[in-house]
Amino acid sequence: MSAPLVEMIGMHKHFGALRAVDDVSCELHPGEVVGVLGHNGAGKTTLIKMLSGVYPDDGGTIKVHGRAVKLASPRDAQRAGIETIYQHLALADNIDAAGNLFLGRELLTRWGTLDIHRMAHEAGKIIRRINPSFTQTHLPVRALSGGQRQTVAIARALYFNAKILIMDEPTAALGPGETQIVKDLIMSLKRDGIGIFIISHEMRDVFDVCDRLVVLKNGKLVGTTKVSDVTEDEVLGMIILGKSPAPRAAPGAPPA
Amino acid sequence: MLSMLLALAAIWIALELATHGIFLTPRNLYNLSIQTSVGAILSCGMVFVIVARQIDLSVGSLIAFTGVLTAFAQVRWLDGHPGVAWILSIVVGLAIGVGVGLFQGWWVAYRGIPALVVTLAGFLIYRGAAFMVADGQTIAPLDETYQRLGGGAAGSLGVTASWVLGAAACAWLAWQVWNTRRERGKYTDVPPPVWLDVLKVVFGVAAILAFVAIMASYPDRTKLDDNGNGPGMGIGIPVLLLILVVIVLSFLAHRTRFGRYVFAYGGNPESALLAGINTRFLLVKIFVMMGVLSAVAAVITTARLNAGANSIGQLAELYAISAAVIGGTSLAGGVGSVPGAVIGALIIQSLDNGLVILDVGSAPRQIIIGLVLVAAAWFDVVYNKRRNR
Repeated sequence: MSAPLVEMIGMHKHFGALRAVDDVSCELHPGEVVGVLGHNGAGKTTLIKMLSGVYPDDGGTIKVHGRAVKLASPRDAQRAGIETIYQHLALADNIDAAGNLFLGRELLTRWGTLDIHRMAHEAGKIIRRINPSFTQTHLPVRALSGGQRQTVAIARALYFNAKILIMDEPTAALGPGETQIVKDLIMSLKRDGIGIFIISHEMRDVFDVCDRLVVLKNGKLVGTTKVSDVTEDEVLGMIILGKSPAPRAAPGAPPA
Repeated sequence: MLSMLLALAAIWIALELATHGIFLTPRNLYNLSIQTSVGAILSCGMVFVIVARQIDLSVGSLIAFTGVLTAFAQVRWLDGHPGVAWILSIVVGLAIGVGVGLFQGWWVAYRGIPALVVTLAGFLIYRGAAFMVADGQTIAPLDETYQRLGGGAAGSLGVTASWVLGAAACAWLAWQVWNTRRERGKYTDVPPPVWLDVLKVVFGVAAILAFVAIMASYPDRTKLDDNGNGPGMGIGIPVLLLILVVIVLSFLAHRTRFGRYVFAYGGNPESALLAGINTRFLLVKIFVMMGVLSAVAAVITTARLNAGANSIGQLAELYAISAAVIGGTSLAGGVGSVPGAVIGALIIQSLDNGLVILDVGSAPRQIIIGLVLVAAAWFDVVYNKRRNR
């Protein structure tokens, strides 16, 4: 197997007395899709936010391409090639697709002013590559459908050459057709060698696109398993009861 | 934007008819242009504040504070340095504006106190501070050169300079439209229709030339000849300052990262943060900008009065907020425009001016302007519902 793209080793995060993430380790390889599963409050979003630079960690090591990195801000994560697509998409509703795509990393003219026309052009190009029917790139994103908004968010990640993609509930707000578009897109990114973490509740989607699963409960790692080795019921058992289904799974609570 | 211009036109026509032709005379329009300048400058800044989901209630008190300090510096500290005193005193005023902006922005951005509370405190603090600077005394007279910043016969550009400026503005407008067309043409096969751009230029040029012609036809009453004719006043210096502010702030809003981030923050503060924007410092910069504009407003006000007094600028914050809202700025954040705020200020000032001509007392005037504000906000609500459907 190729060298890991991301290694998170012994990650800790607490909010006051609450141990949101307690000694969790996991890794991600190029071209691999890893599902991060667990109940609400299991710590999956907290774990992933440490990787996207939103929460500074309280202990643990993050390695990208084998090198330890310090991710103190979203900007740091972006520099390390980590792009995050958030559940609520993190788009500014009042700004058009191009403005959102380049938010925080605008293209500038040689005078240091916004190069509005070039940004509109580049945004249109990459968005149509993902979703050829999407042409309303000049409208404020509030006027767009869930799938189109998701397209903008994904285009943002792609434009800046993400090597590591984090998707928080990528299909939660979408209809069946749009869900299929996103799934196809994930498979094509995978073929390009991009590593993807997906946080999802949707068991069907997880089994369709993921290679491996990382299951958390109460901030602790229940286990890591290949999707091909488990059934949906076994995974539900891991999420709800916090028990590993079989000896082949990594450390977790012994069977009750 | 078009609907606001139509509303303004309707108000002007109504006032013209009601005042039997007094409202739309060069003399009254000149006065209206000077009266509007201060409010419009403040409302332009308020657009940024409100778009970023903040509010600034300290504006009027800050005008008094910076105004009194500017006058005090000019008359007391720098007495005996004619020529530079007025310039340095303006620098003092602007520096106080920056300082107060930093102070308020810091409390809001880094200490998490809502802007409403911070600037409400400022509303009390700076008015009190303005009183303490000169123990409540009015400071006068001010430097003659300084007084020109307030407009009037000495404080206008004169006919020739006004026409030169008008011609330059026309040329700039045409170049702007042409350049946008060219830039866009680099990336698209179907440029926008030519007639639309031509129409933009024609209307813009007509408006600029009409404005200059009106300003130039109001005779300077200090230089009348025996027949009662005098040279025209031309564009007032406060109006010139307003134009400068509009250009700078429009540029900031549309062409710089700062402006883009203000709108992004107003649209979705979390997305701005997740995009790696330093949102706290962004808020500080907005309050600093409002502080500077308050100081500019204070300069015009004191220059016009030829005095620094702690009573100036009362209700200025509320008029600035009203003008911004009438001009289409949404208190929910994320939506607003600088030219819209100028039109909003012009609508308020036109009503006020026209009603004064009609001899309507100050109490009914306040009621009418209040009702217009509610109507404008209602329009905003209805419009937003339509758009979101």
